[in-house]
Amino acid sequence: MIRFASLVAFIALAVAAPAAAQLSVDVTDDSGSASLKIAVPALPTSQSVTTPAGTTDELGVKIAQVIADDLRNSGLFAPTGPEGSRTITMAEVMAPNYPSWSGFEALVQGFVRSSGGESDITVGCYLYDIALTTELDRKGYVVAPRDWRRAAHKCADAIYARLSGESPFFDSRIAYIAESGPKDRRVKRLAIMDSDGANHRFITNGQAIALSPRFSPDYGSLLYVSYIQDRVRIFVYDIGTGKQRLVTESTNPTFAPRWSPDGRNILFSMAIAGNTDIYRVSAQGGMPVRLTTSPGIDVGGSYSPDGTRIVFESDRSGSQQLYMMNADGSNQQRISHGGGRYATPEWSPRGDLIAFTKITGDFNIAVMTPDGENERVLTRGWQDEAPTWSPNGRVLQFFRTSQGSSGVSQVWQVDLTGVNERRIPTPLSGSDPAWGPLLP
Amino acid sequence: MASFARTTLLTASALMALAACSKKAPEELPPAPVETARPAEAAPVASTPAGPVKGSQEDFLASVAADKIYFDTDKYDIDTQDQDILRSQAQWLAANPTAKVTVEGHADERGTRDYNLALGERRANAAKNYLASLGVDSARITTISYGKERPAALGSDEAAWAQNRRAVTVTVQ
Repeated sequence: MIRFASLVAFIALAVAAPAAAQLSVDVTDDSGSASLKIAVPALPTSQSVTTPAGTTDELGVKIAQVIADDLRNSGLFAPTGPEGSRTITMAEVMAPNYPSWSGFEALVQGFVRSSGGESDITVGCYLYDIALTTELDRKGYVVAPRDWRRAAHKCADAIYARLSGESPFFDSRIAYIAESGPKDRRVKRLAIMDSDGANHRFITNGQAIALSPRFSPDYGSLLYVSYIQDRVRIFVYDIGTGKQRLVTESTNPTFAPRWSPDGRNILFSMAIAGNTDIYRVSAQGGMPVRLTTSPGIDVGGSYSPDGTRIVFESDRSGSQQLYMMNADGSNQQRISHGGGRYATPEWSPRGDLIAFTKITGDFNIAVMTPDGENERVLTRGWQDEAPTWSPNGRVLQFFRTSQGSSGVSQVWQVDLTGVNERRIPTPLSGSDPAWGPLLP
Repeated sequence: MASFARTTLLTASALMALAACSKKAPEELPPAPVETARPAEAAPVASTPAGPVKGSQEDFLASVAADKIYFDTDKYDIDTQDQDILRSQAQWLAANPTAKVTVEGHADERGTRDYNLALGERRANAAKNYLASLGVDSARITTISYGKERPAALGSDEAAWAQNRRAVTVTVQ
């Protein structure tokens, strides 16, 4: 739970006049030199008190670190701090000493306040333009001490949104499959974590293979495939209660589960006598509706953000290609026409692009517009598979598998320029990442 | 012992067929039948014959031409060498009428995960359908797809992938 505090309640301060030349970063700049120099000193506290997550002094350093890491990992910022930055006083937070930050373009300052113990902490977050000596944004967050990282992500999100003009995405979570053991006996466990890899938690114990998880839009439950009892079936796992149930009762294998954007329906693939088609079923259960009928493999599927259309994968033409259909299964049309095979389509939450796995010998992550045009390959790994979109549709995570007898998979991230690529730290190897929406 | 001799003959022809087909031949051939005990020489007066328990997985492996068949990339057709292998499995199932089997369908790593699950289903069902066409009650055959999750060969080359595109018949105990 996170609450937004009105900082006006804490400070009555005149809002700065609009700046002449606005400070900004460009998410489409692929020059690789677009990083904005931003200082992130440790957040001071008016009085150091102890919370279950550490003293407010310690939290001030840790929160600044998470903010700096988020900004750096977006590829758009070159943050300095909290290490290597001078420390600031409480008095400075709302009255920055601009001359002392020469060499920087922007400055993030803030504070941590608590009455100690289990009581909520208040985190202030201020963004300043150094050249224009103006305040650009201010936010305040009230969180339980254990949720201090969320306040940091929210602050980084506010800075990212203010300077890029894009929607935020740091305060979100990832479901994925944690992998260990040799290639022919790999242990695969359902796990969840924050978008930066923190707050990691295993859900299943690894006795049965787990595959292809998907967070529900409200983060309340997870869809995934389990091999428990030597059958291939989709379960929906309730994160609150730890209980799970079958999505549909069938003697046939069910796999490749996907939520509709409103969380009311579930798309899944089911093989009957060897022929796989795509079905839809209410998240509450009931009779599934068959959406595809081709004798080929029809599998996966991803809804448009408005829920009216579905992009899916089919080999009805003889090889894996991408197709579009209405949400009721009508009007099925092929949209991919380039060379090679196309797999694992995922519709951007912005609606403007479809990400997919492009197979031309190697597997690469690529995007196209929903009409099948403007194809662009973003990664060049040997086997980069199954993209998943950040909540703002500007970043993709996927998994990269190494060649050979080790065959290790890791979760990676790339932005739409294809330039900013990095591995997401996970305790074990990882595959099948699925990014959830922005947390409220 | 007549049935044993026939099985051996089948095994030999299946192996020859494998050797003759370079396109599909995996680097490692399927395991040859286990050398079975010859009661006439080894234990002429034994009241119970040595060797695998009838109807067991061991008995199955010792009796059939092979427990697995192989497929070309993205394919699931049963060719003549697959037919020979599956015929030997059908004969064993006829001789062991209470036995049940699971056919496991597999794919190589050069396919995406969900597609490979569907492809493994196709392959397992192709084998099941052929066994059923030979008179095996389909209720005795279950299928499961492992997609690319359980490779038999660990390499990332054509030889390894050829071994991994397979349908394996396993007895259910």
